[in-house]
Amino acid sequence: MAGIDQSKIRNFCIIAHIDHGKSTLADRIIEMTGLLTSREMQSQVLDNMELERERGITIKAQAVRIVYQAKSGEEYIFNLIDTPGHVDFNYEVSRSLAACDGAILVVDAAQGVEAQTLANVYLALDHDLDVMPVINKIDLPSAEPERAIEEIEDVIGIEAADAPQISAKTGLNVEEVLEQIVEKIPAPTGDPAAPLKALIFDSLYDSYKGVIVFCRIKEGTVRKGTPILMMATGAKAEVVEVGYFGAGQFIPCEELSAGMVGYITASLKNVKDTRVGDTITNAASPCDEPLPGYKKVNPMVYCGMYPADGAKYPDLRDALEKLRLNDASLQFEPETSVALGFGFRCGFLGLLHLEIIQERLEREYNLDLVTTAPGVIYKVHKTNGEVIELTNPTNLPDPSEIEYMEEPMVKAEIMVTSEFIGAIMDLCQERRGVYDGMEYIEETRAVLRYHLPLNEIIYDFFDALKSRSRGYASFDYEMDEYVQSNLVKLDILINKEEVDALSFIIHADTAYERGRKMCEKLKEEIPRQLFEIPIQAAIGSKIIARETVKAMRKDVLAKCYGGDISRKRKLLEKQKEGKKRMRQVGNVEIPQKAFMSVLKLDDK
Amino acid sequence: MMRPLELYIHIPFCVRKCQYCDFLSAPSTKEERQEYVEGLCRQIRSYGETAKAYRVVSIFVGGGTPSILEAGQILDIFAAVYDTFAVEAEAEITIEMNPGTVTEEKLAAYKRAGINRLSIGLQSAKNDELKLLGRIHTYEEFLRTYELAREAGYRNINVDLMSAIPGQTVEGWEETLRKTAELRPEHISAYSLIIEEGTPFYEKYGVRKGSTRELPGEEEERQMYRRTKSILEEYGYHRYEISNYALPGYECRHNLGYWDRTEYLGIGAGAASLMDNRRWNDGGEPAALSRTEQMEECMFLGLRKTEGVSKARFEAEFGCSMESVYGGVLERMYGLGMMEEAGEYVRLTERGIDVSNGVMCEFLID
Repeated sequence: MAGIDQSKIRNFCIIAHIDHGKSTLADRIIEMTGLLTSREMQSQVLDNMELERERGITIKAQAVRIVYQAKSGEEYIFNLIDTPGHVDFNYEVSRSLAACDGAILVVDAAQGVEAQTLANVYLALDHDLDVMPVINKIDLPSAEPERAIEEIEDVIGIEAADAPQISAKTGLNVEEVLEQIVEKIPAPTGDPAAPLKALIFDSLYDSYKGVIVFCRIKEGTVRKGTPILMMATGAKAEVVEVGYFGAGQFIPCEELSAGMVGYITASLKNVKDTRVGDTITNAASPCDEPLPGYKKVNPMVYCGMYPADGAKYPDLRDALEKLRLNDASLQFEPETSVALGFGFRCGFLGLLHLEIIQERLEREYNLDLVTTAPGVIYKVHKTNGEVIELTNPTNLPDPSEIEYMEEPMVKAEIMVTSEFIGAIMDLCQERRGVYDGMEYIEETRAVLRYHLPLNEIIYDFFDALKSRSRGYASFDYEMDEYVQSNLVKLDILINKEEVDALSFIIHADTAYERGRKMCEKLKEEIPRQLFEIPIQAAIGSKIIARETVKAMRKDVLAKCYGGDISRKRKLLEKQKEGKKRMRQVGNVEIPQKAFMSVLKLDDK
Repeated sequence: MMRPLELYIHIPFCVRKCQYCDFLSAPSTKEERQEYVEGLCRQIRSYGETAKAYRVVSIFVGGGTPSILEAGQILDIFAAVYDTFAVEAEAEITIEMNPGTVTEEKLAAYKRAGINRLSIGLQSAKNDELKLLGRIHTYEEFLRTYELAREAGYRNINVDLMSAIPGQTVEGWEETLRKTAELRPEHISAYSLIIEEGTPFYEKYGVRKGSTRELPGEEEERQMYRRTKSILEEYGYHRYEISNYALPGYECRHNLGYWDRTEYLGIGAGAASLMDNRRWNDGGEPAALSRTEQMEECMFLGLRKTEGVSKARFEAEFGCSMESVYGGVLERMYGLGMMEEAGEYVRLTERGIDVSNGVMCEFLID
């Protein structure tokens, strides 16, 4: 593969708002360039994980090399890098973009520009990528391609008049996209003879090959045997294999040189050594300085995860360790809960990341989990000057030792049609948002900007947003600074006993409301037992809400006819069976799902 | 040594199916009844070998409505029983009957058959409730049947009553109880109505039908149960089992046998049997009870009795103490006030009785 002409390479990604057809277009491109016949194609080739396909989201960055015979007769090599679309994975998106020279912007002809479209375009422009717009879904009856073009030009400010108008679903005009890639996406630059400089944009753990690093060679050349150094982590290794990405497989090659996208395997044990954004160089003749922009990504959202069956604790640990091999941003450490037993406090990039890990644990590892309410990292300033980063509410120091607390904020952009502006402003208000401006991007649509506390959006903000805008609002956010806040710890007492797994940190103003809702929800979820059970919400020693689960219904005094006790036994067994999925807290049996139910308290 | 055995004989016929009934019972033709009785007799006689090891201590002819059979048919059945089994002279022999199906002739025949106890299904002293339940008789017809029974010389009569009938009030239930108690039957069974799947009542009052409000509420039902005990005590009845009350010495031995796990043989359609620690229903394969299952039964059945379960008996039967198996559960139940110790017995408290299934299921071993 040596000697590929740099001018014949195109490295690009596809960016889009969720559901605008990014993965479908990727599939179509792969199919039309003959890499796979349509029979071999599973829909959405790049979304490998079952979960990705099901949810229609991309979780891990993926890449594929395809060969395109242009109308001019020349052959081009396309490296298509698929990026995660969700804000939780923004950092990874940004690294993936850094591996490209251009981006295809997919805009839904019916929906137009949305919040994530904007966010992704800005990211791409930040990386000096040439953005090439494509109008998708023109086969829909509600398609308004002209309006979409206008929006792209007005809102984003890029030329879109000659944007291909396609249907990725049917394949209509996709050929035109391929031709424009050749014309509009610049060829890579870089000197194959210079010291090695390669950007890591993803890595994964493969049980046969070990750690596989996905990289873009910016300068120099790498081949089998090259001693390499990860400039940020300091890890050193020798290259075992280099290659490029077939569809769903790794194809080894001689070398990767400046301008190329491919993978490297080396004697590396752990993906932690290969952080996304890090620069790989030649350990024997290193480059002067790393590529810009590496930063360590830290979890933003924490929650406790416990196996429903206590005996599965070691299985949960093994599963988390395996997932971490492929996901360096997942953090976990053991913790114990009085109510839930042994488990882990886990850190995630965001709520979606949390949900994905949870689902993967449940599906791929067959684990039944109980998770506690997700929380953010609070900074607790103690009277003795010490500052604690609090990830588990149970560890909150005594109020007398706390000077003040801080919570993380986000800058949120919400794009919404004008009829729902009022409703969305109300929602943001309820979530302690601070209004930061609004712009109309056209007559009927506006971008609302708010400062919102992160802990107000990690519960059910997205659901609330969708329900109050009948699905029309879109939302994006970025992290902002910490601010001082009047926070309290809300405890739940069941039968007068504090249930640690249900405690959480909340703003004093919303504590009453949430406490009340939690008690109501728990009342619904906790089945009646032999005795009456009070459910209370408390801040410190002050009870702020109370509900009661009445004692079990008086047992029907059935006739046990003709000595047929099989029915009686069945009844008792059923009753007993119901208890198995419950946690014993003091004298009370609490069903697993009660712990989960309080995570999603209904928005009105 | 001949072991004690109870016989249960099932008669699956009735004049008309009641609205709440999910027992094996249905209207029938004369021919069907005759055929059934003949089959029954053959079946009884087929137990000749088994019978040798046993002495029969009680017989219960239940239904359906056994009193729907002709006098002669009952006599045939009992002839088969006496020919086959050694029935003790003091055996308690009961037949169930419903008002409207009983005649002097039948009552006289029952006597000749050796029947010494009658169980009359009244359910309610209020005619509107009887109508709603789909009963075939009025309260007045019950009174006539009751008088006939007394005149025929029966000195051990049970009356079946039912609480928690749709539309019933606590006062209405009290009235039924008092009217019944004033007649001085030796025994009163007071069950509460259960809406069973597959009955017309289920269609009407089942959980998902949304008309459950016609059923007495939980608190009312609880009150009815408590009033039952206190009112019947006024009349000299004591509660010896969760739903059964008797004048001293008239506790139903057959019923107690079920809770004490006395061996019993059920004959007739669907009837249940327990012999040699194997249980089966008519037509099914006997299933051996494991030692664990025997212990579980000993507890959850025994707790139906107000005297409770004897620790000594448990130990004699299983060779280990009740504490060694159920110590943890017992402590917890004592702590919650659901159970208590009385001498060498363990039993449910009033609170425990209120939620008896919740307590009993604790005795199932995983």
